[in-house]
Amino acid sequence: MVIFSVYVVNKAGGLIYQYDNYVPRAEVEKTFSHPLDLVLKHHDEKVVVSFGQRDGIRVGHAVLSINGVDVVGKNTAEGKDILEYLKDPSNYPVSIRFGRARLSSNEKLMLASMFHSLFAIGSQLSPEVGSSGIEMLETDVFKLHCFQTLTGIKFIVLADPRQSGIDALLRKIYEIYSDFALKNPFYSLEMPIRCELFDQNLKNALEVAEKAGNFGAGS
Amino acid sequence: MTVHNLYIFDRNGNCLYYNEWNRKKQAGISKDEEYKLMYGMLFSIRSFVSKMSPLDMKEGFLSFQTSRYRLHYYETPSGLKFVMNTDLSVSNARETLQHIYSNLYVELIVKNPVCSSTPSLDSELFSSRLDAFIRALPYYSPRAA
Repeated sequence: MVIFSVYVVNKAGGLIYQYDNYVPRAEVEKTFSHPLDLVLKHHDEKVVVSFGQRDGIRVGHAVLSINGVDVVGKNTAEGKDILEYLKDPSNYPVSIRFGRARLSSNEKLMLASMFHSLFAIGSQLSPEVGSSGIEMLETDVFKLHCFQTLTGIKFIVLADPRQSGIDALLRKIYEIYSDFALKNPFYSLEMPIRCELFDQNLKNALEVAEKAGNFGAGS
Repeated sequence: MTVHNLYIFDRNGNCLYYNEWNRKKQAGISKDEEYKLMYGMLFSIRSFVSKMSPLDMKEGFLSFQTSRYRLHYYETPSGLKFVMNTDLSVSNARETLQHIYSNLYVELIVKNPVCSSTPSLDSELFSSRLDAFIRALPYYSPRAA
């Protein structure tokens, strides 16, 4: 029962705070010989698997490291293009680590803005009068909860689908926001939140919620 | 307990079928625009979910809820998308949507040599069976006006 991450989005849809509490990175490292039976391609400045799922390596996984050394974007740590490197038989046997790519800050910004728009469309397409935007979005591996305040700030929490008590957690995060960000005289509204006390209190609140969620769901 | 409406989209985004039972509020845009907006929203949600997800997903996006309604989503491997809006009391309509696909769509549309050629679902039988099925659902009850 975990809470994966917390995002705070301002009125305009810009991400002002992001915290990853638990990032489960299932990574697989395997040694390969020439020729590689996976098809790799460039995607968004990364090298991802496009075909050839096997042994825990899925389509969409990115190349994270080669021979133990982390890759830098499309190139190895030495600056050679990864696809070129892997075409050369003299570089084999090679040990490559695959896994879900971590989101960069830019991608998180884009996703937060995307959600901001989807939230509004969810309200527009409502078949009932007076609907809010998307408050909870469910998939098979996570649940996204969103609480929009009267001033338009959205608090978004990604958690395990079985985690309970997220509504109370969202209200608590709002309380922490108003205590440690809004009351901070050096904080400007709608700007990224860089307040230490906000971070500390948020982490504590997440711990408390995770423990309480465990008791609730376990019984 | 009620079903508001149902959309069926093909893999290219064309709305094949739409029907409403208990819709209280129209979207304020024409039906064509509404279909496009709905499809666009679902496409974006699927892409959002696949990037945002901390773990690899099998089924992907299942449903979302707002303060007044819940949208259930089911996509077949062939790219056919079934979207149903219900009220909040319905927690899981995935089996309903799967039933609509396998017992109504496949039986009455795919296996019908006349219907399969045209993109939109003109089958009277399909519409009436689907309507009867929805009205027979345990969680469907027409609200008193």
